[in-house]
Amino acid sequence: MRIELNGTAVETAAATLAALIEEQGYEAASVATALNGQFVPLAARDTATLHDGAKVEALSPMQGG
Amino acid sequence: MFYGSDLQNRLMLGTAQYPSPQVLREAIAASGAEVITVSLRREGTGGDAFRDILKESGCRILPNTAGCHSVQEAVTTAQMARELFGTSWIKLEVIGHADTLQPDPFALVEAARILAAEGFDVFPYTTDDLIVGEKLIEAGCRVLMPWGAPIGSGQGLRNKEALKTMRAHFPDIPLVVDAGIGAPSQAMEAMEMGFDAVLLNTAVAKALDPVGMSRAFGQAVSAGRAAHDAGIMPRRDMAVASTPIFGMAELA
Repeated sequence: MRIELNGTAVETAAATLAALIEEQGYEAASVATALNGQFVPLAARDTATLHDGAKVEALSPMQGG
Repeated sequence: MFYGSDLQNRLMLGTAQYPSPQVLREAIAASGAEVITVSLRREGTGGDAFRDILKESGCRILPNTAGCHSVQEAVTTAQMARELFGTSWIKLEVIGHADTLQPDPFALVEAARILAAEGFDVFPYTTDDLIVGEKLIEAGCRVLMPWGAPIGSGQGLRNKEALKTMRAHFPDIPLVVDAGIGAPSQAMEAMEMGFDAVLLNTAVAKALDPVGMSRAFGQAVSAGRAAHDAGIMPRRDMAVASTPIFGMAELA
């Protein structure tokens, strides 16, 4: 299935958001995730199923003003 | 004070645009700031190093929703920030215009209402408009952060009379001048006017010597606050001699 992760098209075998984060090599607790613009808490990633064309954001702490 | 937290040091410092992570680390320490602002972005390089700086600083983290232009974006970003930083504090920015970076007051109030209902401690980046301030308080905000001037402009307090009015209008709400401060004298002036804190970033990060400048800002904010607490003398239209006339010699 083809999804969009942080604005880049990604071919993935992951069925859930939790699986995708693991597949992509992120440390689960060091990113916050959103699926199609909606926040998905860490504990809910297991049950957040991906679909073709899903837009996923995995964000980290960054410098800000 | 600020959602139940009192702060000895009233400078809130942004963490962006420093020449190096080491300079950022030293600038935070030199300023004495107890609150630093951060953001959320797609993972780039240096993420781990930044996390270490945050931890080492011992500062309270105030995540922002910088760059968000809609209620939905800002709310989702705030929710993500709460999980990632483990804090209910959020500097709520909903930008209305890309050039001026002026807040969109309508979207701001709407986002603030949603977040306050979800238990966030909202620090809204707003204008000096009193009615918008009232609506934000009605929405659940217990702090207001009016701009001094457009973000990154270094123009200082562009509308002093309006800021004074705002201070008088909200005597019991902590007010933070956020954005537009360029020089320590401007930060000090805001504190002398009775503002509770000053939030800035570019003025320090883009100084020739950011560490020296952050120290200067720390001192200015502290001096301004002390001056306000000590009670500044009223302005007079005429001269009033400070040295007594009594006992003066006749020499003419």
